[in-house]
Amino acid sequence: MDILNLTAIRLSEKIRGKELTAMEATEAVLKQIASKESAYGCYVTVEEEKAMEQARQVQKRIESGELNGPLAGVPVAIKDNICTKGIRTTCSSRILENFVPTYTATAAEAMERAGAVVLGKTNMDEFAMGSTTETSFYKVTKNPWNPEHAPGGSSGGSCAAVAAKECICALGSDTGGSIRQPSSFCGVTGMKPTYGAVSRYGLIAYGSSLDQIGPVAKDVADCAAMLEILAVHDPKDSTSVKMKETDFTAALTRDVKGLRVGIPRDYLGEGLDPQVQAVVEQAARELEKQGAVVEEFDLSLVEYAIPAYYVIASAEASSNLSRFDGVKYGYRTEEYGGLHNMYKKTRSEGFGEEVKRRIMLGSFVLSSGYYDAYYLKALRTKALIKQAFDRAFEKYDVILGPTAPATAPKLGESLKDPLKMYLGDIYTVSVNLAGLPAMSVPFGMDSQNLPIGVQLIGNSFQEKTIIRAGYALESTRQWQMPETKKGGE
Amino acid sequence: MAKEYETVIGLEVHVELATKTKIFCGCSTEFGGEPNTHTCPVCTGMPGSLPVLNKQVVEYAMAVGLATNCQIHQKCKFDRKNYFYPDNPQNYQISQLYLPICHDGWVEIEMEEGKKKVGIHEIHMEEDAGKLIHDEWEDCSMVDFNRSGVPLIEIVSEPDMRSAQEVIAYLDKLRLIIQYLGASDCKLQEGSMRADVNLSVREKGSEVYGTRTEMKNLNSFKAIARAIEGEKNRQIDLLEDGHTVTQETRRWDDAKEASYPMRSKEDAQDYRYFPDPDLVPIVISDEWLEEIRSRQPELRTDKLERYKQEFDIPQYDAEILTSSKRLADLFEATTAICQKPKKVSNWLMGETLRLLKEHSQEPEAISFSPENLAKLIQLVDEGTINNKAAKEVFEQIFTEDADPEAYVEEHGLKSVSDERELRRVIEEIVAANPQSVADYKGGKKKAIGFLVGQTMKAMKGKADPGAVNKILQEILQ
Repeated sequence: MDILNLTAIRLSEKIRGKELTAMEATEAVLKQIASKESAYGCYVTVEEEKAMEQARQVQKRIESGELNGPLAGVPVAIKDNICTKGIRTTCSSRILENFVPTYTATAAEAMERAGAVVLGKTNMDEFAMGSTTETSFYKVTKNPWNPEHAPGGSSGGSCAAVAAKECICALGSDTGGSIRQPSSFCGVTGMKPTYGAVSRYGLIAYGSSLDQIGPVAKDVADCAAMLEILAVHDPKDSTSVKMKETDFTAALTRDVKGLRVGIPRDYLGEGLDPQVQAVVEQAARELEKQGAVVEEFDLSLVEYAIPAYYVIASAEASSNLSRFDGVKYGYRTEEYGGLHNMYKKTRSEGFGEEVKRRIMLGSFVLSSGYYDAYYLKALRTKALIKQAFDRAFEKYDVILGPTAPATAPKLGESLKDPLKMYLGDIYTVSVNLAGLPAMSVPFGMDSQNLPIGVQLIGNSFQEKTIIRAGYALESTRQWQMPETKKGGE
Repeated sequence: MAKEYETVIGLEVHVELATKTKIFCGCSTEFGGEPNTHTCPVCTGMPGSLPVLNKQVVEYAMAVGLATNCQIHQKCKFDRKNYFYPDNPQNYQISQLYLPICHDGWVEIEMEEGKKKVGIHEIHMEEDAGKLIHDEWEDCSMVDFNRSGVPLIEIVSEPDMRSAQEVIAYLDKLRLIIQYLGASDCKLQEGSMRADVNLSVREKGSEVYGTRTEMKNLNSFKAIARAIEGEKNRQIDLLEDGHTVTQETRRWDDAKEASYPMRSKEDAQDYRYFPDPDLVPIVISDEWLEEIRSRQPELRTDKLERYKQEFDIPQYDAEILTSSKRLADLFEATTAICQKPKKVSNWLMGETLRLLKEHSQEPEAISFSPENLAKLIQLVDEGTINNKAAKEVFEQIFTEDADPEAYVEEHGLKSVSDERELRRVIEEIVAANPQSVADYKGGKKKAIGFLVGQTMKAMKGKADPGAVNKILQEILQ
């Protein structure tokens, strides 16, 4: 049986139908990890024994009839900024090299309760700061479509693991595009839910007002199924929202007749790779063909999203990351003289360049005398961007556009010019600033055979609408995943 | 001719709220406990943990705000105050800067010169830090997070006070209000109420404030009074010598009766306050505010007036009884049982306060039940025991909340009220002391005292002296 090419929904059907066991599924994926991990480097930590033990437990729960959902027995990967009790959680940072959480994040716990088997923790940009997964302290993750290219970031490990069949599906987190952009680069489907839809409890914070955990999977149906498990109100997270409609799989209908789709004119043209633009236009035609009404419109304020995002996210990060000080857990410098020297050396040695850059930027914009000029102005910009989307959603059900301006860059190119790297977030960050749900659906390839995703943005808590549109697009997809082409395993 | 100076004082008072659980997690706030036993991922700042606000904290803060005539910000927020210190597990404190829950209030203090209003600038909610324990032997420091996340309110006054006396009166007023609300026990010594003093001096008649200093580490009313006196004199001396006062934070050393600079304004930290994105704004509906308002208990001034009216007790009694919520509660509960307010008042103001002083305790430490005090009053009224025995019994009530009936029975303290038995003993005494009888009949009325004493001695103190007197007079007629 071709276990590795199955989606979560199909695999769990077969396990529940006694065609195979959770242990066999886990073994198959662990074997794939063993053979492919040296080539792609998706994981910071793989927990083979724990995974097998968990698979045995899950199998018992399936046999007792306790588990009958779409994740029962499904081997999954979890981004390394989501706390897992007893499994090292590093945020791909040296400063958390030896950190083993005493508790499990609500979202990871929901996955486990639904019968998912945790294989390990995936590589990421350090503290989710970056767009290529190259800022990880531990390793460079390679794009399974072409190992000379980056998988994108910051959830590059999760997305590459799904593409390389080193897991069936995965959890990522998205603060400014960190699920959608690597999903686009790796040819997988990734979704950033509405802010508040998925609990952040146990997600090691980067930009608290923007962070959301979300699913990364082979297709839209798996994303919808995972979201049904993840979107649960959590009293441990004050920003968690009780959603009225959480039957996301009910939106898997391919019915887009009359769906009003808007394409922001400001997303097209300058700065956008023509090959990506062609794929967006093709997606528009496809939706039209299926009965949707598509038109271009002016979203406005697009150029302000990146500065506002980097001010707000860095400000919050500068405070969120201050707890990593060598006192309670994580890395502490070897030699020091006194408390302040310990703080200074620990943090200088424990954090990487990009993290330090953002901590300094964030500290600066919150400093007295600069707070109004930068932080407050950014908050006002955030509110205006939200209003621009509100106006758009009076006219449209879904906004369609590119996920990223280009396809996956070559490894080693992006970090040379951080400003240029930041500009790559142009189509994704405004979604986080506005708190909206969005997903990246693979819809084409460039001339180098690298995947291109299109982005579908919905109004707050209208995940079902983008799932409907994404499912319709996906149904026409022609190509297959990279490891599949080589015949699978 | 020396210049005349005026002292200008404002106070920042931290009060630990009496909630059962911490402000942002479900851990117990109980004092003591082995280090780091009242902790969880939230109050130890574990990565990924998130705060969830304890509603009771908001209700206590609202109650204190309403009782101090404050306006309530019905939409308020929490902010992060960023600074690095090991007792602060997140390296930021969750507090309120931009929109504190209460603002623009006042309390009235009574001074000899008359009543005076002290303005309250704001009241905000925040979390307490952990405790550092320095081990001199091991040359290391350890941190106990049991206190981390205990809820506090900070009450910031306007610079309206002019003397140590006014400061003490203001603090006393706050303490009583907060104790009456049940929002805190306000014990200065144990740190559940802490005051920082902002003080400046200026020439009398001047409209502008002088440069102020902030004084920390004040652990008693006496220390506060001494610190104010000391700092006032230090600042005046500086000015008189032609120096200027430096704006700084100073630490008071009560043993040395002197203060030392901790940090000056120049090296003051930039706390980089910003709204905490992990907490949603607190929206206080009109209904919620009204509910808190309607639940406000009777405060001291009203209670004092009611005591005089309802129980017909003197102003002096009412003042003392209402000076502590514990005393007032005990007074009302005991009176409700025995219906003898003046007698209850006498026991509380007399023996109770005497014993408290003897044990160096505050009224809040009283542990006996109103039932037992009421029973004691009943026993005395019925003549079952005399006053001397009653005091002995009360000591047992005070220390162990003893049941007076059982105690009297066990220790044979009952007055003998059987008149025939008493008359028989008295007749023997009279017969045995002819000289005293002769003296009495000869006009030395005092001689009866000796006979009463002899009778009491024979009865081993268990007779009612009133009854003895009465029978003696009858016999000697």
